[in-house]
Amino acid sequence: MTETPIIEFTDFTFQYFCQAEPTLHDINLKIFPGEKILIIGPSGSGKSTIGHCLNGLIPFYYKGETRGSLKIKDQETASQDIFSLSKIVGTVLQDSDGQFVGLSVGEDIAFAMENDCVPGTVMHERVERVSRMVDMDHFLASSPYELSGGQKQRTALAGVMIDEVDILLFDEPLANLDPATGKTAIEIIDDIHRSSGKTVIIIEHRLEDVLHRPVDRIILINEGRILADMDPHAMVSSDLLRQNGIREPLYVTAMKYAGIPVTPDLLPGHLDTLDIQKVAPRLETWFKEVKPIPPKQYEDTSLDLHGVTFSYDGITNVLENIQVNIHKGEMLAVVGRNGAGKSTLAKLLCGFIHEDTGTITFEGTSLSKQSIKERAEVIGYVMQNPNQMISKAMIFDEVALGCRLRGVPEEEIRPRVEKVLKVCGLLPFMTWPISALSYGQKKRVTIASILVLDPRVIILDEPTAGQDFRHYTDIMQFLREINRSGVTILLVTHDMHLMLEYTPRAVVLSDGKMVADARAADVLTNMKVISQANLKETSLYHLAQKAGLQDATSFVQHFIDHEGKVRA
Amino acid sequence: MKARLFSYNFVNTYIHRLSGLTKLACFLFLTFAVMFSYDLRVIMVILVISTCLMVISRIRFSQIRTMVWYVAGFLLINAILTYFFAPEYGVSIYKTRHELVDLFGKYSLTSEQLFYQLTQVMKYASVIPLGMIFILTTNPSEFASSLSGVGVNYKISFAVSLTLRYFPDIQRAYTDISQAQQARGMEMSAKANPWKRFKSALLIIIPLIFSTLERIDLITNAMDLRGFGKRNKRTWYIRKTMNHEDWTALLFCAFLFFGTLAVSTYINHSRFYNPFI
Repeated sequence: MTETPIIEFTDFTFQYFCQAEPTLHDINLKIFPGEKILIIGPSGSGKSTIGHCLNGLIPFYYKGETRGSLKIKDQETASQDIFSLSKIVGTVLQDSDGQFVGLSVGEDIAFAMENDCVPGTVMHERVERVSRMVDMDHFLASSPYELSGGQKQRTALAGVMIDEVDILLFDEPLANLDPATGKTAIEIIDDIHRSSGKTVIIIEHRLEDVLHRPVDRIILINEGRILADMDPHAMVSSDLLRQNGIREPLYVTAMKYAGIPVTPDLLPGHLDTLDIQKVAPRLETWFKEVKPIPPKQYEDTSLDLHGVTFSYDGITNVLENIQVNIHKGEMLAVVGRNGAGKSTLAKLLCGFIHEDTGTITFEGTSLSKQSIKERAEVIGYVMQNPNQMISKAMIFDEVALGCRLRGVPEEEIRPRVEKVLKVCGLLPFMTWPISALSYGQKKRVTIASILVLDPRVIILDEPTAGQDFRHYTDIMQFLREINRSGVTILLVTHDMHLMLEYTPRAVVLSDGKMVADARAADVLTNMKVISQANLKETSLYHLAQKAGLQDATSFVQHFIDHEGKVRA
Repeated sequence: MKARLFSYNFVNTYIHRLSGLTKLACFLFLTFAVMFSYDLRVIMVILVISTCLMVISRIRFSQIRTMVWYVAGFLLINAILTYFFAPEYGVSIYKTRHELVDLFGKYSLTSEQLFYQLTQVMKYASVIPLGMIFILTTNPSEFASSLSGVGVNYKISFAVSLTLRYFPDIQRAYTDISQAQQARGMEMSAKANPWKRFKSALLIIIPLIFSTLERIDLITNAMDLRGFGKRNKRTWYIRKTMNHEDWTALLFCAFLFFGTLAVSTYINHSRFYNPFI
């Protein structure tokens, strides 16, 4: 290309003042105007740091030492401040809730103009125009609480586009979205890229979801270095993904299980481009050669919900006639879109709120008369955000807290805590302060602090949210071990991989009603349930359909069974 | 959704339509009037007015229930302590002494003291609804733009508006954290002694602070990235101009304020109204 790059890193190295090692090493990267680039890497790889360097948060907010050069539109960024950079690079942060500055959509879109002292009438006219581009012109007066995740993303996008920036930077746009909204977000980004011709940079670790729409190049980063810079087909075919803790698309894994050598000439980067003729026969043989494994049978009942109905205000039922029988030793997923009643169900089980009608029993005894504290003896609850649970400075104290509150003698606490920390792989850190731990480790601490109370059932709210593949696998393997030791586990989740890989059974809620209670493979291939729960159909299902296999649902189940064997 | 303490909700009423600045000015006029005057008749007039305002602005009791209980508790404690420390204060103000009952030691109940304490309670009872109306009917952003319109630094105005806006979120986080900690065995009921309850409160407040700081970090980044604080001035997307409704409200409240001053100066000749002479 003879064009001049819009972004050019030359031998760029960056080290945060608080770190011993540079986070980025010798980055050399050119991005040209109008390109759509995906930067992938596991947590801590340095991919977010690249984003911060581009939008000026480094060095404006995060301080550190820079070597080499980073030019944006032929200007050294070192000589510019965050405000002038924000006129070139528009950043959409990962948490579309947290970055909602205004109290209404219109106000939020106008925020950058307000800071530029644009007069009121001009502002209203421009907000009107930009909001039409993202289809939000009918929601200008809505407050963030009334919007869906996708609408918040659109608003955030409009908020940066209002500045007529040349580069749109998306920092983990999928992290907090449910599968259906994530899919829409990728479509919105793609539409804007096509219609505006702006340079788009997406920083993510969820490769398959981003590849729902085309990208020009994928840059793989790990340990602060660029390891690969290739097109999607080459990237998906390479072993670098697995080696660096990035999950490859599920349909690619399925092809590998079927013994198909995945090479760039199959065009495997997207399911639409994949040369299905070449792979269909092998897929079919693989599908036919294995007998289905009968699902595991359970005998005893742990929790039983019978006709449970609940409403906060006495008018609208948040949960209606919920009927579930959870077996002892089961691991099951509770899924549904935001506001479907998942958290309410968890709160009912813990006794934070009480059902209006219906009964909840645990191993045959009714829970209705039991207080929060009494229920907590058998049912443990782990919140999504570990920072909302941790109240002690030291790991040992945090895990011991529940025992101490219950008046367990100190000499008994120590062995209990040690045992739990060992199970959670935290024993070496026992005397560490919690502040020294990573997010994933904090999550483990909170699970440990519940496990130490020896509950029979654990409810976890979104245990894998915001985790990369390696941490996801760590946490889920760990939960599986706990589950095998006899603890019943309920996972409130959006994560479809989690359902496919770990929870044989899924209960789906929609508008407070239970719309499905079935195998994960059935749920993720049932269009009606998928749209009710804001999920999306798994790519395995599409692969099977494209390959002309009759029973796509069984194909998905077959994949799950096969994976179970590979992992075991 | 659960009704929360302090959250703005738009309902199309006269009170909601007023600009934030008007409401602030009216609130201050009426508050100063009540704070200045110890005339029970004046205070009762304002109490009636604030009750009417509450009805006009269609605030439901469920929205303010928690707050009302807190206030009632506070008033009760306040009344007991006032009597305990200054049982003869009414007598010293009104210069007469009509004893009703002789209690123990130096404590006896006088009409003067009763009247004084009744006045005091009514003062609070008439002002607090006004505060609630102000918070529940004012759009935080619009209030911020009004504040900055009268010369308050825009960073401060914006901070005020962000605080009002995040209040409901923080409350929700508080409930969530408190429930999760109770499930770990924390005792929050009256059964625990004060020291234990203080320690329990820490178990909620520490995670609340840390998760709030996390949010602040995020919102700061989001604001920096969109140029907040670049200039000494900024414009506001939401801005209400004063119309005749605002002027009417202002005139009415100013009238009440000066009326109160006039009653004290020309009729009572002091801040107190004395029915005993």
